[in-house]
Amino acid sequence: MTTDPTTYVLRGVRPLGGDPADVVLAGGVVAALGAPGSVDVPGDAVEVDGADHVLLPGLVDLHTHLREPGREDAETVASGTRAAAAGGFTAVHAMANTSPVADTAGVVEQVWRLGRDAGFADVHPVGAVTVGLAGERLAELGAMAHSAARVRVFSDDGRCVDDPILMRRALEYVKAFGGVVAQHAQEPRLTEGAQMNEGVVSAEIGLAGWPAVAEEAIIARDVLLAEHVGSRLHVCHLSTAGSVEIVRWAKSRGIDVTAEVTPHHLVLTDELARTYDPTYKVNPPLRTAADVEAVREGLADGTIDIVATDHAPHTREDKDCEWAAAAFGMTGLETALSVVQQTMVDPGRMTWADVARVLSVAPARIGRVEHAHGRPVAVGEPANLTLVDPAATRVVDGAAQATASGNTPFAGRELPGRVVATFLRGRATVLDGAVVEPAGAGAR
Amino acid sequence: MKHLLSTADLSKDDALLLLDTAAQMAATQSRAIKKLPTLRGRTVVNLFFEDSTRTRISFEAAAKRLSADVINFSAKGSSVSKGESLKDTALTLHAMGADAVVVRHWASGAPYQLAHAGWLDAAVLNAGDGTHQHPTQALLDAFTIRRHLVGRRGGGDPDGVGADLAGLRVAIVGDVLHSRVARSNVALLRTLGAEVTLVSPPTLVPVGVETWPCRTSYDLDATLADWQPDAVMMLRVQRERMSGGTGGAFFPSPLEYTRYYGLDARRLALLPDHAIVMHPGPMNRGLEISAEAADSDRAVIVEQVANGVAVRMAALYLLLAGDPSAEGNDL
Repeated sequence: MTTDPTTYVLRGVRPLGGDPADVVLAGGVVAALGAPGSVDVPGDAVEVDGADHVLLPGLVDLHTHLREPGREDAETVASGTRAAAAGGFTAVHAMANTSPVADTAGVVEQVWRLGRDAGFADVHPVGAVTVGLAGERLAELGAMAHSAARVRVFSDDGRCVDDPILMRRALEYVKAFGGVVAQHAQEPRLTEGAQMNEGVVSAEIGLAGWPAVAEEAIIARDVLLAEHVGSRLHVCHLSTAGSVEIVRWAKSRGIDVTAEVTPHHLVLTDELARTYDPTYKVNPPLRTAADVEAVREGLADGTIDIVATDHAPHTREDKDCEWAAAAFGMTGLETALSVVQQTMVDPGRMTWADVARVLSVAPARIGRVEHAHGRPVAVGEPANLTLVDPAATRVVDGAAQATASGNTPFAGRELPGRVVATFLRGRATVLDGAVVEPAGAGAR
Repeated sequence: MKHLLSTADLSKDDALLLLDTAAQMAATQSRAIKKLPTLRGRTVVNLFFEDSTRTRISFEAAAKRLSADVINFSAKGSSVSKGESLKDTALTLHAMGADAVVVRHWASGAPYQLAHAGWLDAAVLNAGDGTHQHPTQALLDAFTIRRHLVGRRGGGDPDGVGADLAGLRVAIVGDVLHSRVARSNVALLRTLGAEVTLVSPPTLVPVGVETWPCRTSYDLDATLADWQPDAVMMLRVQRERMSGGTGGAFFPSPLEYTRYYGLDARRLALLPDHAIVMHPGPMNRGLEISAEAADSDRAVIVEQVANGVAVRMAALYLLLAGDPSAEGNDL
């Protein structure tokens, strides 16, 4: 157990990749920031050497599966938020497809409290759009919005709100409290039994196809619905070139739509299904190299607003089986920032300021947590910060990760960048690359 | 060859070695004593996660005629019904010392996983996985085609030993989308130099078929009359493709299917005189093939079954006994 000092000085760090600075964190906020050697540092401050390290606002994930309540064998709020901290996140939005489903004020408050008790990252529960994710009638969205968890994002993620009138009502209803519907775009009839992207590879290896049109048709319908009723729409884990085109078109019309892409859709393709290794089974499925290029381009030009992990932990037994029998999903909290660096920053398609935008500022704004997260790196702002060493490289080892599950698709791959420190309201949740237990917590 | 998982993995030399070895095996089957001592003391497990009496007894006969010990392991049930997991089954077979595992599975890729996941070190023979591959079916089809269209016609070796299928035209007709037989045949026939045309209603060809090394057509009459195939392979149409279940019906009615894609006496007459009619069985008489076509002189369907045993003997022999010229491996 580590004592939790209240004052840190980060030496020589580059806020948003800019000029070097010394940054003092005290009292839960950024207390001082200036050129190296120019700021007053309290005598008891803990020194953090940050030469050539990039300082970002703490990362915010709009799409995390923490599995608690219900599947604590795969992940808990505590283990999932430890993974979040290790990956540089200070806030996560916990998806609603738990057991019981997060479709009442009681469940979302429970998840919110578990997050607060764990102390590794702020947990903002996502509420289900429909009761039991069944797609039949609206859950009590108002009660969740007005609960202690202050839910603003609503999603049946894992399932699509495919009934058009129900989707329209949800889009309209959440306007009363500034909410947003985050749609898992998957036309269900076009994807019955679907196992992987439908195309050249699925035809050859004999796995049932999940066609791009099943995603694009729903996104096209939803942006038109959002325009018609003047609501805000968020598109979860967009994965195809056609989806990027539709969102680009919608934004050009002034429709209030935001979109996310996962780290895995920025780099992995359906060619990996040839191994029949269910680690690569995910929903929406890995697409083609052309789709990967399209989502990178969409992220670079702002069509896609954010990167969200869709961190989906699963037990060994749910992945150690036939492809068709395996669960969909892969973990992502501890590799997301590295994948964004590798695919967008290192090739020169995005700056570190852009990274702060897509992994912190924009997701905080979409999730309506911008009062605390995604803030500027400036004096007086909450000390929710992430310090990254972009020159470091590491080989991903699933067993060494903080998440309770081992289903990372990046196992054995070398990725750039390492989270050196994460601060949540001035408390180090990660220091020297290692997770720091909260003061008063027992050793784990 | 360590495993036989997909015909796409076979080089032309591999394929010819399998077919030529099958011809040697077939020759031994006309002897009074059919049993060979080659695999004495070796254990072959028939691991069937899906019912297929025909395929199982064909592999069983093949293994027994090579004097292997045969264990039949029926592991029906999907993950949904919470049967024993594929992994635990594999570990069990490994512990029992299986030398070869013949696996039939409802899930595409299950044999590939058995061969590559490190759960067991036996040779894996794919006896049909999901909608992926059924390599011994394609090999027995190629063997049958070679015997009829290269061997007997060519005047050389009656089995066509040593020859490939260069220049021959094969039409594969029916539900290509769900067919492991079609996928296996397209790859193998192409490797052996034959030309393939797939004939299906547009709902029963996969998206992505355009990269396959073959032609596709929606018109059976035109394919038979204009392209003049040397062999016509009819695929079985599963009953569930006709109903409105998952995904809905793939064609309006069985009658309409038969009208456009069924092989009957009239279509048989469009073929060249030497052309043969094939079917992997079991047939839906009156649906994809009429009784006249199935029972005609052109049909080699029963012979396909006999050749299946010889081909499976060859596959087991090559995977387990290795180099056929090695000492003690005389046939």
